[in-house]
Amino acid sequence: MTTIISQRDLPMTTLEAVPLTGPVPPSSPAREIEFRDAVREAMSEEMRRDARVFLLGEEVAQYNGAYKVSRGMLEEFGPRRIIDTPISESGFAGLAIGAAMLGLRPIVEFMSWSFSLVAADPILNNAPKMLYMSGGQFGCPIVFRGNDGAGGQLGSTHSWCVEGLYSNVPGLKMAIPSNPYDAKGLMKAAIRDDDPVFFLESERLLAFKGHVPETEYTIPFGKAAIRRVGSDVTIVSWGRPVHFALEAAEALAKEGISCEVIDGRTIRPMDWETVFASVRRTNACVVVDQSWSFGSPGSEVAAQVSLHCFDDLDHPVVRVHSDDVPAPYAFNLEQEMLPNARKICQAVRTVTYNA
Amino acid sequence: MSSASQASDLASFLAPTARPVKRKDIPVATLKQWLRDMMLIREFEIRCMQAYQDKKIGGFCHVYIGQEAVAVGCVAAIEPKDPLVTAYRDHGHALARGMAPKYCMAEMFGRIGGCAKGKGGSMHMFDRANNLFGGHGIVGAQTPLGAGLAFATKYEDEVINRGKSNRVTLCFLGDGALNQGALHEAMNLAGLMDLPVIFIVENNGYSMGTAIERGTTRADRIISKAAGYGIEGVEMYGMDVVQVYDAMKDLADRCRATSRPAFVDMRTYRYKGHSMSDPRKYRTREEEEQYEAHDPIGRLEKQLRSTNQLTDAEFESMGDAIREEVRECVAWADASPVPGIEELYHDVYVERWGPYTGTSLPSMLREMQ
Repeated sequence: MTTIISQRDLPMTTLEAVPLTGPVPPSSPAREIEFRDAVREAMSEEMRRDARVFLLGEEVAQYNGAYKVSRGMLEEFGPRRIIDTPISESGFAGLAIGAAMLGLRPIVEFMSWSFSLVAADPILNNAPKMLYMSGGQFGCPIVFRGNDGAGGQLGSTHSWCVEGLYSNVPGLKMAIPSNPYDAKGLMKAAIRDDDPVFFLESERLLAFKGHVPETEYTIPFGKAAIRRVGSDVTIVSWGRPVHFALEAAEALAKEGISCEVIDGRTIRPMDWETVFASVRRTNACVVVDQSWSFGSPGSEVAAQVSLHCFDDLDHPVVRVHSDDVPAPYAFNLEQEMLPNARKICQAVRTVTYNA
Repeated sequence: MSSASQASDLASFLAPTARPVKRKDIPVATLKQWLRDMMLIREFEIRCMQAYQDKKIGGFCHVYIGQEAVAVGCVAAIEPKDPLVTAYRDHGHALARGMAPKYCMAEMFGRIGGCAKGKGGSMHMFDRANNLFGGHGIVGAQTPLGAGLAFATKYEDEVINRGKSNRVTLCFLGDGALNQGALHEAMNLAGLMDLPVIFIVENNGYSMGTAIERGTTRADRIISKAAGYGIEGVEMYGMDVVQVYDAMKDLADRCRATSRPAFVDMRTYRYKGHSMSDPRKYRTREEEEQYEAHDPIGRLEKQLRSTNQLTDAEFESMGDAIREEVRECVAWADASPVPGIEELYHDVYVERWGPYTGTSLPSMLREMQ
């Protein structure tokens, strides 16, 4: 074996962290908006740009959205483009896929991704496979979006982290934004994408505020963001757990452990280059993924990092997941079940031999 | 309910749907074309069965023999711009819609010349040029897609182009799909949203080996299910192409004009098994013979001959030409190369990324351009 020189001490002058509250605007006044407003702005702007784009789902129109993501859109776009559906996920998801095959660009809101399970056949068997089965004749440019993940004491059936199930399927793309700036940029990119996109929002983040410029921008899929620059360990995460990772990094800094936090932003495609480059500098890796551990996106990251950065790792990759149990109702149990800063700190201390 | 199959009693299953034909002026040339189209499908399917036995075709293969009048009559009743979507017994629909049989056969042979480059197989016939939106493998899954196609044509015509909705979608399903939730959700949405889609149940009396009354309530009157969603239901005699065309033309014109959905109980019969592996032990040979006596091809042939519009020589040469055409399409399919291994990562995503190499149209569409 060749001797691998640790890159731990290499300079990191080119790295700059982008905070979760968005890039600091070059000019004041800064405009801070909520995550839900960012998603709405993205949808509205794209609907103004392209008449083929429409939104359908339960309570999206007259009710203004169960979580107010689509508030005011009915007023602007009318009932032909902002469409209330009955509680009929399999039916309306399939309907939207048929419409996408003919050339429209539907946005399908699942009030919760947990409800998408009854639409598993259309969203997994039709949308991601249509292009392949038809030999390139029919694509499926569609966005499925809604709340994903536990955290609101909703019990076992309403707390799904569907990335654990759906990221397994080739043919789909998956974005899991952690903040308003990304939510807007990724949603606009998702709507313009010619492939089916699963867009996972967190109900716990909908009121989270951040800088979102009024100027036009999109965020390409497959480009991770570095949320915190560090030298001792790389923490890879996406979506809501990025917040927990940053909380842990803050606490660990006080112990003298320097964490680099990478926000994947999309997990299909995943920005492996950024992940591997970071691990090659820090020589340690923790993955934080709110889905269950068995056969999860987190295990995929651990496998890829182990394969590609084997000689750079000082310790096997450690994963922090939700506990391998159904989501409980009781507040304390639910908090214990989810990935949290305490669990992440523990994992980091392990991989950095500070346990 | 008797333990005997509904379909075993031809008199009650099929005969009551027979209606006098309104249109007496269908040109002889059109009738002959329909005869030819049905004969082509049958010959094609016979050769499929042989090719399956020869292991040229793999996987599941569901042939359309006996039901030819349905696809041919329905397609004749609509316009080329109207979308069509169906289930996995789809070769007949593809040929009736205008796909050259060689692309259909090559698809089943798993060859690059197939309509889907050999990536779809028997159950997934697609033809964008002819507005055929598949061939779908999961029972009932195509019914929300059918509602969605109708939604999209209406949206394009009315919201984008600010005109009047002027297309109608045909969505075919088997009687087995009557018991799938997807169909009921699709019908509710179509009724609710005024979608111009016609759900055509090719009711051949059996979902695989289960006779319809063993799996479906109100099996003798399935249009009652559509009534529950405020959708007009029509029973049709599916063993006569002229009757199918005549009734479907009225219905399609009405749906197009009113932009409302409809539902058809199209009584028909599949002569062969559900798929190639089905020994048909759930029904008798006598039952099959009863239906074969109502054969859609024999019926039209007899009609044309009895009025001296088709001579023996003409019929014979028609048959010869079709047999030759299908022989050629089998040879073409067999000569088409298998897909290159690089095809594995092609057509997964439109965009190129990672190991994925983007997408491209199949040669079927490129050759047509």
